[in-house]
Amino acid sequence: MAPPRLRRPGFSRRAQYGLFAAYVIAVAGIVVALLLLVAARFDPQGFSALRATANDLAAPATSAGRGLVDGATTIGEEIGAYWRAGTQNAELRREIEASRAKLVEARAIDFENRRLKRLLNLVGDKRETVAVVRVIGSSASSTRRLVTLSAGRTAGVEPGQPIRSAEGLIGRVVEAGQISSRALLITDGSSVVPVQIIRSGVAALATGQGDGSIELRSLIAGASPFRRGDVVMTTGAGGIYPAGIPVAVVTKVTRDAARAMPLADPARLDFAMVLRPLQSDLPPPPPAPTGP
Amino acid sequence: MNGSRPRVVGMDDDDIVLLPRRARWVPIATVLAGSLVTLLPIVADWPLLPPFGLLMLLGWRLLRPEMWPSWIALPLGLFDDLFSGQPLGSAMALWTIVFVAFDMMDNRAVWRDYWMDWLTAAAAIIFCLAGGVGLVAFTTGGGHLLAIVPQTIITILLFPAAMRLCAALDRWRLR
Repeated sequence: MAPPRLRRPGFSRRAQYGLFAAYVIAVAGIVVALLLLVAARFDPQGFSALRATANDLAAPATSAGRGLVDGATTIGEEIGAYWRAGTQNAELRREIEASRAKLVEARAIDFENRRLKRLLNLVGDKRETVAVVRVIGSSASSTRRLVTLSAGRTAGVEPGQPIRSAEGLIGRVVEAGQISSRALLITDGSSVVPVQIIRSGVAALATGQGDGSIELRSLIAGASPFRRGDVVMTTGAGGIYPAGIPVAVVTKVTRDAARAMPLADPARLDFAMVLRPLQSDLPPPPPAPTGP
Repeated sequence: MNGSRPRVVGMDDDDIVLLPRRARWVPIATVLAGSLVTLLPIVADWPLLPPFGLLMLLGWRLLRPEMWPSWIALPLGLFDDLFSGQPLGSAMALWTIVFVAFDMMDNRAVWRDYWMDWLTAAAAIIFCLAGGVGLVAFTTGGGHLLAIVPQTIITILLFPAAMRLCAALDRWRLR
C-alpha cells in the first residue's frame, strides 16, 4: 500500500515537530556512528579508554561467575574419568614410562643449551612475565574473538603485550583498563603470527579464521611443507611475540596451506601469563640529523 | 490518538505520565540487561551467543510500535557496543537504521500478525548480524559470513520467546 500522503501524527503541532525532530536525530546519529566506524578503521585504539572503563565496571561480576563455570565443566569430565578408570590407568602408566625417557633427554638438552649460551656469552632470556591473570570472559556474540582478562594497568598490563598459557600462545592485549583488559586471540580474523614448523624450521604465517581455527601459509615456494600433526611455534619476527612459544598443531593439509588448531584451547583457558613484548627485532632509530 | 476509539488509561504510551515510573524504565532496562548477557563468563571460540540486547529491542519495538522515537536505538546501541566487542558505532548505526526502516514499513504495512512480526524481526536480525561482520571486516579485517550462520539461526528461533518475555514484562509494567 502506498504510504498516506500526510504522515502527521494528528493535529498537534508539538507532536508533528517531535516526530520530525526524532527522525533528524536518528539520521544524524547514524551519520555519527558511521564516522566513528571510519575513525576506528584508521585508529583501532581510538575509543579504547571508554570501552576499557566499561569493562572495568563489569569485570568483578564476570570474574565471580567464572568459578562456577569452571566447576560445571570439570564435573562432567570427572564423571567420565571415573567410568574409564581402568583403561585410563594403564594408558597413563604407559605415558609416564614414555615421558620419563623424554624428560631425561630434555634435561640433557637443557643443560647443553645453557652451556652453549654461556659459551656464546648470551644474556639470559629476557622473557619476563608481567602478570599472571585469569581469563574471565569473551566476546561470545561478536565475530571478533576477544577475551577479557582479570588484570589491567595497575598490574602492569599494557596494550601490545603477548599472552600465553601453559599450553601455548593465546594472543595479545589490545585494550587495558585499570583492573581488566581485553586480548585478541590468535584465532581472530585480524591476527597474524609469524611462526615456524618445529620439525623442519620452515617459516610460515598463522592467520586466524574467526571460527576457532588457524590457517597456515608457508613462506617458501613449492610443495606444502606441512604434515598432519606438525606443531608450529613463534619465530620472534615482527617484535611482538617472543620466539619459541608453541602456537598450533596442523590438523588438515591442503594444496598450498594448512588448517591448524591452537594449542591453547580458548574454551578451556583459565590462567594466562602476560609477557613483555619482544622488541629486539625493531630496527635501530635513525641517527639524529647533524649539521652539514 | 484517533477520536473514534474510547480512551483507556494505560492503552497508549501517550498516557505514560499517568503510569507508574517503571512503565518507562522497564523496556530500556531490559534491553540494557540483554546487552550485558555477553559478560557471562563463557569463553567461546565461535560467535554463538545470540545478541540478547538486539532481541529485546526488536521484541519491544514490534510489541509497542509507538513507545519509542527511532533515535532511542542510538544510546542503546552505544551501550551494546561498549560490551559486545564490536567496533564502537556498529550497533549504533545498524540498530538505528533498523528502527528507521521499521517506521517506514509501519507507514506502508496493511496488516501485521505474528508471522509478519517474526519475518520482520528475522530480516532485522540478519541485517544486524551480517552488518556487524561487514563492519568488523571494514575496521579491523577478518571474519567471514559463514561463521555467523549458526548464531543467526539461533537468534531468529529465539525471537518468539523474546517477544513473549516482552509481553509478560509489558503487562507487569503497565499494571
